Amino acid sequence: MSAQAELAASPNLSPEQSRALQRSPAQCVRHGFLQALPFILVLMPFGMLFGVVASEAGLDLAQTVGFTVLVLAGASQFTAVQLLTDHAPVLVIIVSAIAVNLRMAMYSASLVPWLGAARPRDRAWIAYALIDQSYALSIQHYEKHPRLSIDQRVGYFLGSVLATCPVWVVAMLLGFWLGKSIPEDWALDFAMPITFLALISPMLRTPAHVAAALVAVVGSLIFAFLPSGLGLFVAAPLAMITGAVVEALMERRNGARL
Amino acid sequence: MTGYSDSTIWLIIVAVGLGTYGLRWSFLGIFGSRPMPIWAQRMLRYTAVGVLPAIVAPLVVWPAATHGEPDPARMIAAVAAVAVGVLTRNVLAAILAGMTVLYTALYFMA
Repeated sequence: MSAQAELAASPNLSPEQSRALQRSPAQCVRHGFLQALPFILVLMPFGMLFGVVASEAGLDLAQTVGFTVLVLAGASQFTAVQLLTDHAPVLVIIVSAIAVNLRMAMYSASLVPWLGAARPRDRAWIAYALIDQSYALSIQHYEKHPRLSIDQRVGYFLGSVLATCPVWVVAMLLGFWLGKSIPEDWALDFAMPITFLALISPMLRTPAHVAAALVAVVGSLIFAFLPSGLGLFVAAPLAMITGAVVEALMERRNGARL
Repeated sequence: MTGYSDSTIWLIIVAVGLGTYGLRWSFLGIFGSRPMPIWAQRMLRYTAVGVLPAIVAPLVVWPAATHGEPDPARMIAAVAAVAVGVLTRNVLAAILAGMTVLYTALYFMA
């Protein structure tokens, strides 16, 4: 019996958890792929919109593709193109567009306990394909199934990437060629908030997670007046500190009770 | 026409691409399987619940599509997605609930 199969047979696992442990890496890829499919709802409208905005800003096809493939981060691409249209200085454009992606460093750090043991080659492509969707979907999967092997984790991440990143590129091309984005009255602008909320809410399983999420919400609303999305960089660290503090307090209280 | 030369635009694209890749690779690439300090691990456990709600909350309260006017349909849909997600622990069910409530509410409020 393999180590994973042995784990899967352990009695204190839910049926879903032991099923997850028994998947081969290839099955994990398929599983991640299927679970990431709803994100197409988000990526299609945003990708198409980027194609439209980029062509209207005067970028040619190669540059638009270059942005999408080399940067692969929606908010950052929009920031850069917006600043290009505003004729901002080159350095300002570069710094602002990179700053929008600072949260990626936080994602990278929080994946270390889960994916740090992967081969350097795997970590290199994982870093390239680390977008909000692949990150959020994978981290909630890892937390739900903490005993997955490293190959199973990498496989699931790959699946989530295959379902999302190519769609972003195709949508951008469609927007660029058709010069049209998806009509506003489809309300697909709201698919992004809904998918993020849907990913987060199953993770709210301890008081520390709930406290962190509440601080994130309140903080982001209070600091919304800050320019160019800087509020996120005040609210998110506050929320993470809150989570850590509540966790430490709960541990101490439970320790005292024992 | 953008007012920038082609080479300037490519410079911007490559610089932003490299910078972004650097941020994504940073911790995952450098730390690898070396353990991080306990306090850092503790904080990083709350990255997803700290970052994603902070991205979403302003979009729920002041949606871009309504030019920042608070929109009851979108707020109800957000509440539905969270409620179903917390109760079922199922991401897909939460997405479907949110989108269904959004379209229903938009239809009745239009």
